[in-house]
Amino acid sequence: MNNIKSILLVGVGGQGTILASKILSEGLVSVGYDVKMSEIHGMSQRGGSVSTQIRYGDKVYSPIIGLGEADVIVAFEKMEALRWVGYLKKGGRMVINNHEIPSVPILMGSVQYPQDIEGALQEKIDILEFKAADLAKELGNPRVMNIVLLGALVKAVNIESVDWDGVIRRNVKKGFEELNVSAFHAGYAIR
Amino acid sequence: MRELMTGNEAVARGAWEGGLIFASAYPGTPSTEITENLAQYKEELYCEWAPNEKVALEAAIGASLAGVRSMAAMKHVGVNVAADPLFTFAYTGVTGGCILVSADDPGMHSSQNEQDNRNYAEAARVLMLEPADSQVSKDYMKLGFTLSEQFDTPVLLRMTTRVCHSKGLVTLEDRREKERVPYKKNIRKFVATPANAKVRRVELADRLIAMEEYANTCEINRPEYNGSKIGVITSGVAYQYARETFGETASYLKLGMTFPFPRDLTREFASKVDKLYVVEEMDPYIERHLQQLGIEAIGKAVIPSFGELNTDIVRKSVFGTENEHETIEKEAVDRPPTLCAGCPHRGFFYALSKKKNVVITGDIGCYTLGSAPPLSAIDSCFCMGGSISTGHGAAVALRFTGAKEKAIAVIGDSTFFHTGINSLLDVIYNKGCSVSVILDNRITGMTGHQQNPGTGFTLMGEPTAEVDIPKLCNAIGLKEENIYLVNPLDIAASDAALDAALAKDEPTVIITRYPCILKKFSEQDKEEFDLSPKKCVIVQEKCKKCKKCVSVGCPAIHNDEKITIDEPSCTGCTVCKQVCPFDAIEEVR
Repeated sequence: MNNIKSILLVGVGGQGTILASKILSEGLVSVGYDVKMSEIHGMSQRGGSVSTQIRYGDKVYSPIIGLGEADVIVAFEKMEALRWVGYLKKGGRMVINNHEIPSVPILMGSVQYPQDIEGALQEKIDILEFKAADLAKELGNPRVMNIVLLGALVKAVNIESVDWDGVIRRNVKKGFEELNVSAFHAGYAIR
Repeated sequence: MRELMTGNEAVARGAWEGGLIFASAYPGTPSTEITENLAQYKEELYCEWAPNEKVALEAAIGASLAGVRSMAAMKHVGVNVAADPLFTFAYTGVTGGCILVSADDPGMHSSQNEQDNRNYAEAARVLMLEPADSQVSKDYMKLGFTLSEQFDTPVLLRMTTRVCHSKGLVTLEDRREKERVPYKKNIRKFVATPANAKVRRVELADRLIAMEEYANTCEINRPEYNGSKIGVITSGVAYQYARETFGETASYLKLGMTFPFPRDLTREFASKVDKLYVVEEMDPYIERHLQQLGIEAIGKAVIPSFGELNTDIVRKSVFGTENEHETIEKEAVDRPPTLCAGCPHRGFFYALSKKKNVVITGDIGCYTLGSAPPLSAIDSCFCMGGSISTGHGAAVALRFTGAKEKAIAVIGDSTFFHTGINSLLDVIYNKGCSVSVILDNRITGMTGHQQNPGTGFTLMGEPTAEVDIPKLCNAIGLKEENIYLVNPLDIAASDAALDAALAKDEPTVIITRYPCILKKFSEQDKEEFDLSPKKCVIVQEKCKKCKKCVSVGCPAIHNDEKITIDEPSCTGCTVCKQVCPFDAIEEVR
């Protein structure tokens, strides 16, 4: 079971984690891995916490990642990084989108959005933090933020020999293929 | 060819490959996507949304009676609704193979309870299969049809949230058509009068013996031996967690068919290992059977008997160990589900939240979130369709005892069609005095936008007849002057309707009508409602920061140093504008 790798994508409903994880898992399948993927989304409302767990290797049993088991966590939203940090493996890496989406208790003004999440995380773990939304905007469409993050994730996990450009082209809306491919490479190039 | 599929997609695929002709279901998490996915095969099979699970199972029974392979799918609590026909169906048996898919929700990700429906198979005496992943879900659907026909029994395919919503690789195969069994009258088998049922009950006992023999020897109940020190008996997704916890250090008896329970096989397995564990989610179903056989095993003594399991929990329960992991002092703030920005329920619930001396009974749907702060405008919620009847009981009890409170029931359109109509019959027939509010958002919202008898479309996308809710209320005896039609985004109108209805001592119905803001609008929606893009903005110079707008609980309104409206999420519903006492919110088109 030691050759199993686990990747956790966390964020807020509507951020595109599902498409990113679909492309990721399809890429993994294309090079012969056994893959399991589990999604828990809240109810169908917008704005809930969402998480997608992907595990791959020769033979995967549980679709769920345990505490301290994720090789890489990609947080599409900063507070979600904080929520899920316990799942990161010792020596694992966290890719964090520097983007804040306040939840209802924060919007109501009853609690504050946690300050200096980066600082608290940095003390203990290896993080790569950047503004994926800005990069996406520069490329011409803020909605490809998820694919920018996917690029950074693939770099962090170091998955070799997948034709990512091809997998992306097959999975995104017609007419947006090149935009998404360049978003992927922009994310991949970040260090 | 292999494809990554969720368990639900795999069930649909298996049904199709297995020659299914008829499927009926009521949406409910985590089962909904099974039937949604069947619709892609509509050239070769028929599938539908029924108004409720009892109707769905009865329709599937009818199709089986007519000689074809059929299924009904529902969430665990749906089986409660469908239990009536199920228990008798076990006696009559089938003509075409028939499978009832029950999707249980351990841990209550999106349910009101977490009952273990394996108990239903045993109570109703129907053959049960428990898939552990997507491939097996597909395989068991096909096997299920065969077993159903072979043993003349309905089959319960028991899924759980993790099996339904996890993806795994599935090998795709072709469809094998199953020819319809020509219809032959068989009154003794299918007419469950006491005289016939008594005979069928005896025959059922024989069929159960035959099924158990199969369970003892079948391919899907096969031991996997890795030495004699530790043995683990398990079923469903719990197998995956057990496998990761014990690895190659244990032998496994993974049960795919768990009712009738394979007693001989279990005895044999237990005799070959020194120490026996039972790893199962929720109830001690397997463990109880072992106890009856006098087999000692470690099960619920260490493994939790409620909530969802995972490898962490099983490992900690069995070995007391935990993976090393980081903890950070800072804590993330909760992200509770909430009515969406632009949700048409918000305006009505705002008006409702201001009413004093009312008992508000709620129901299952997005609008249950009206119970969350800051609106807190629902006091109870039990089951699908229950709000109107609990509201009726409350109203009559309050009136009978001279209390000052009155009762208001709130229910969604799809929930009203599910079983709310029966409840409204009770109110009207028995001269109740509750206010029943039907929140018609033109779709089944919570489960992700399924059509229903009020939307004008079927599951397979065909236009169809549409229930006229006011006419229906009128037809079952409600006076026309006691029916109020309201735009729920209009707070003043909602308030006036509530006041008028509360003033009466007879049954009243308020129908709010406005489409869910996330739904794909139909042509009819576009004609009927002003759905043109608009936004609300706060004019900062006029804002006195009284936070009235914050009190509507809209996730687009940010209460920071300044109060602002998040432009991308705002839909211009104007509920905040209506409550602003300083005219500081403007609508822009």
